Amino acid sequence: MSAAEVTVASGREVSTDPTPALEATGLTQHFRVRGRAGRARSRNRRGRPVVHAVDDVSIKLWAGRVTAVVGESGSGKSTLARILARMITPSSGRLWLDGRATPLSAGRGARAYRNKVQLILQDPFSSLNPIHSVRYQLSRPLRIHKMVGSEELDDALESLLERVKLTPPSQYLDKLPHELSGGQLQRVAIARCLAVEPRVLLADEPVSMLDVSIRLGILNLLEELCHAESLAVLYVTHDLASARYLATDVLVMYAGQVVESGPAAAVVDTPAHPYTQLLLSAAADPEREGPAELTTSGGAPPSLIDPPAGCRFHPRCPHAMPICAIANPPMLDVSPDQRAACWLHVDPADRPKVSEGAKA
Amino acid sequence: MRYLLRRLAFYIVTAWAALTINFALPRLIPGNAVQAALDKFQGQFSPGVEKALALQFGTNTKASLLTQYWHYWSQLFQGNLGVSTSEYPTHVSTIISKALPWTIALVGISSVISFTLGTLLGILIAWRRGGRLDALLPISTFLSAVPYFWLGLILVTVFGVSLHWLPFFQGYGQGVTLGLNWAFIGSAIAHGVLPAITIILSSIAGWMVGMRNMMVTTLSEDYVMVAQAKGLSDRRVMFTYAARNAILPNLAGFALQLGFVVAGSLLTEIIFSYPGIGVTLLNAVTSKDYPLMQGIFLVITLVVLVANFAADLLYVLLDPRTRQEA
Amino acid sequence: MSVDTPTQPSATGDNARPAGPRAASLRRRRTRPARRRRFSRKTYVGFGLLAFFILMAIFGPIAAPYDPSAAVGPSLVGPSSAHLLGTTQNSQDVLSQLLVGARTTLLVGFLAGLIATALSIVFGVTAGYLGGWGDESLSLVANLFLVIPALPLLIVLTSYLPGAGPLTTAVVISATGWAWGARVLRAQTLSIRNRDYIVAAKISGERTWRIVLFEILPNEAAVVASSFLFTVLFAILTQVALDFLGLVNVSGSWTWGTMLYWAQNDQALSVGAWWWFVPPGLAVALVGTGLALANFGLDELIDPRLRSAGLTRRSDAKLVRQGFTVVHRRPDAAATAHAPTGGGFTEVRLRANGNGRSEPVAATIGGAPEADAHLASQAADSAEVDTQAGAGNPTGVRADAVPQRQRDDAASEGRLG
Repeated sequence: MSAAEVTVASGREVSTDPTPALEATGLTQHFRVRGRAGRARSRNRRGRPVVHAVDDVSIKLWAGRVTAVVGESGSGKSTLARILARMITPSSGRLWLDGRATPLSAGRGARAYRNKVQLILQDPFSSLNPIHSVRYQLSRPLRIHKMVGSEELDDALESLLERVKLTPPSQYLDKLPHELSGGQLQRVAIARCLAVEPRVLLADEPVSMLDVSIRLGILNLLEELCHAESLAVLYVTHDLASARYLATDVLVMYAGQVVESGPAAAVVDTPAHPYTQLLLSAAADPEREGPAELTTSGGAPPSLIDPPAGCRFHPRCPHAMPICAIANPPMLDVSPDQRAACWLHVDPADRPKVSEGAKA
Repeated sequence: MRYLLRRLAFYIVTAWAALTINFALPRLIPGNAVQAALDKFQGQFSPGVEKALALQFGTNTKASLLTQYWHYWSQLFQGNLGVSTSEYPTHVSTIISKALPWTIALVGISSVISFTLGTLLGILIAWRRGGRLDALLPISTFLSAVPYFWLGLILVTVFGVSLHWLPFFQGYGQGVTLGLNWAFIGSAIAHGVLPAITIILSSIAGWMVGMRNMMVTTLSEDYVMVAQAKGLSDRRVMFTYAARNAILPNLAGFALQLGFVVAGSLLTEIIFSYPGIGVTLLNAVTSKDYPLMQGIFLVITLVVLVANFAADLLYVLLDPRTRQEA
Repeated sequence: MSVDTPTQPSATGDNARPAGPRAASLRRRRTRPARRRRFSRKTYVGFGLLAFFILMAIFGPIAAPYDPSAAVGPSLVGPSSAHLLGTTQNSQDVLSQLLVGARTTLLVGFLAGLIATALSIVFGVTAGYLGGWGDESLSLVANLFLVIPALPLLIVLTSYLPGAGPLTTAVVISATGWAWGARVLRAQTLSIRNRDYIVAAKISGERTWRIVLFEILPNEAAVVASSFLFTVLFAILTQVALDFLGLVNVSGSWTWGTMLYWAQNDQALSVGAWWWFVPPGLAVALVGTGLALANFGLDELIDPRLRSAGLTRRSDAKLVRQGFTVVHRRPDAAATAHAPTGGGFTEVRLRANGNGRSEPVAATIGGAPEADAHLASQAADSAEVDTQAGAGNPTGVRADAVPQRQRDDAASEGRLG
């Protein structure tokens, strides 16, 4: 609480704090596949086929800054959020909370961890138990983590609702979830996360289930919470435009890997990775003249059980080169802040040599 | 195939469990009723039979439980269910093999009629919902709550005792010789009508309501609307599109239904003094003939398992998804 | 179960809403002080029948005009003013036997139902929540008990317990009657276990036992209650059958089953003494009908989503009971902030999923009046699924009242995207 108050004063540019609120490196999540998954090449040690949901992802979240993770369905972005919330235990990776190394297991220690890191779920219609009133849903985290005594409970509940702009609070406290609209429900869900006074909010597509017209309200609320209360916010989305609107930094994920990262403005305005370019061209843009420039050879996201060799994007990439099918490109600085994993940004001379024979 | 093998494995485990329960019950339950019953026949059995009974029920024997269990299974695999105490020295298997065909014929035929009729009615009620057929639903609620044997009593009173329309006592008329002759067959059918009606009336509601509910759900599916939109005949939409899909969950509930039918028909037989398994079981119970009781439970269980497996086969035939899994 | 579940409809009547005029008017309709919910006629009949027989079970033995075992009149006479339901061969009063027998019959039925339901909750919820091997083995046991024919097993079982009393009968019946409920509850728990609100509860730091007892179980109240009623019906029918076969102590205690036993044994049938065997069987059938009909009403009673009531139209109530969101077209819709897309008719349709539970599937149709009418009629048809499902449908396929979400149509449109 006190730490948060100190940083509130610094307002929008809080990023001067040298330690990230939450940092993770080398996160990898392989899910075992049940049943027969055919002749998959990738198998775990016991020889069972695995899904590479998240592959060697590193991320830093800063207090007072929104970091967006952008990717299409199946890119592993939601899995990443759940790993960071310690809902699932990753296969490997390391985690630091406020600079302190923290175990990543979803087991016992996770309860205390969730005091600091909270996850906002995608679908507010199903993330609130339909049989419990708003009062119950909000008072549970307060009681579990002993945030307030029972005399102060009512005040705490009201201030929670006020923080998510559900005013007057008395009108919402005794409502059941079905009596609220989607936007209101998502605000209650956010209030529930705020109840434990977390340092980090992980928002897993918090507006994708909501109507376009009320999305903005929720995004603005997240931004305000981030800056006013100096929260570190992870915003998971498939929508680059909203990431640009809300986030300071953006990570673009494809098939479980980060393909591009950097300041939101740079990534969106001058995308360096062909996949990011593709994402942008797919978004509707009223100012664009003529058809979208970038076309792909089509195709669907790759199978994560049996990902393509080399760069995972190469089967769909309009710029694919022989090297792309063989070697995974390294993460490269394309500008001081912006990094992308693409062979296009490697000097042709520095690329590994590919003989025609090796390609086959 | 894979699906069927899995089901088969389940039935084998179930059969093993049922037979083990059969073995364990007389040994687990305190107050040795079997001992008391057997003591009454003291000295009437040959020494060999006495020893076999002791092993079968775990009375008066020093053999270890494992030996008894082993003996139980080896006897079962030889088809030896022991000797009936009430009809000594007839073998239990002989008594059962005499009674079983009656029950299987009665329950089998009435179940098939009940299933077919109930399903068809369910389809029709769902198709013409809001029509006059809807009146069947409250009636079926009542019928499904009626004890089978009581319905049997009422039918006997009305059609047998008062109206003298149909025979209601035993499986065939007096003076008719058992065998493949027309007199016997005619008599057997006449005697089977009332028990069959009892079973059908009591069990039809389950099939009907289940089918109707699934049909109503299926009828609101888009593919049914598409089928209608492309101009298929009502009959085709009703049967090949809606009913074909709606019948699957209904069939999956077969096991539960069958349990009720078996229970109900056992009692129905008793009302009609029908020469089947139900009456034999009652006789066994009243004369405390434990070997016969055990044998009947065993046979009923096995028959029910086979019937369930048959339902699974039908399910596989109707549901392409279970075939693809293979 | 949950102490925090509001026991009364929210009758706050706070009408002012932050949203536009349209939303405000919708709210007004929804949160109007709840009237007593109007049940369907069937439900009233069901609860009426149950209440009648429960009263009979409580006061019957006191109200019985004669000692049911004593010879009090001429033998085998039909109904008369002295003996409203006639007498038996042993000159006993049938009405007195019926009144006295009600207590034991219902007591055994409800006791067996309680024990079996408790067992099915323990087995079903544990299996569903555990998953993995625990689930596999518990499910195997439940399926096993479902497939093994119950009555023959019970007959064999009770024959080892000669002269078993009512309590033993209840225990023995519940030992075979729990599997159905366990299977339904397991499926239900499996589906609830993966809902987002369970994930959210874990994130909040809830302990496992609290998640099971306060987050999962209350959501299964309707299923538990319906499986309870089903089991009671099963127990009463089974008990009557066992009594009828003379497997329990038939001479001492009077139940409807032992009445039928004596009627059968003393040839009531062949002498045409219908007044002897019709009343007990009819009583069983009526209790059963009452239980089945009460099942319909349970969903309405238990589910708090359905309790806030106050819906204007009866047809609406029917739809909402089914999990439909009823949104009426309003001419001023386009003017409000919450519905920028203009008036539309939104309904949430039911689609049965594998476990017999229906899930709402959102579908929005543009505000064309024809579409409106068409879907409404379709919905009304689906709505009937529920009213019949609980009754004679032991297949385990129940079209339940589904989580019903009232919300702005704009919001549900968002769910489509």
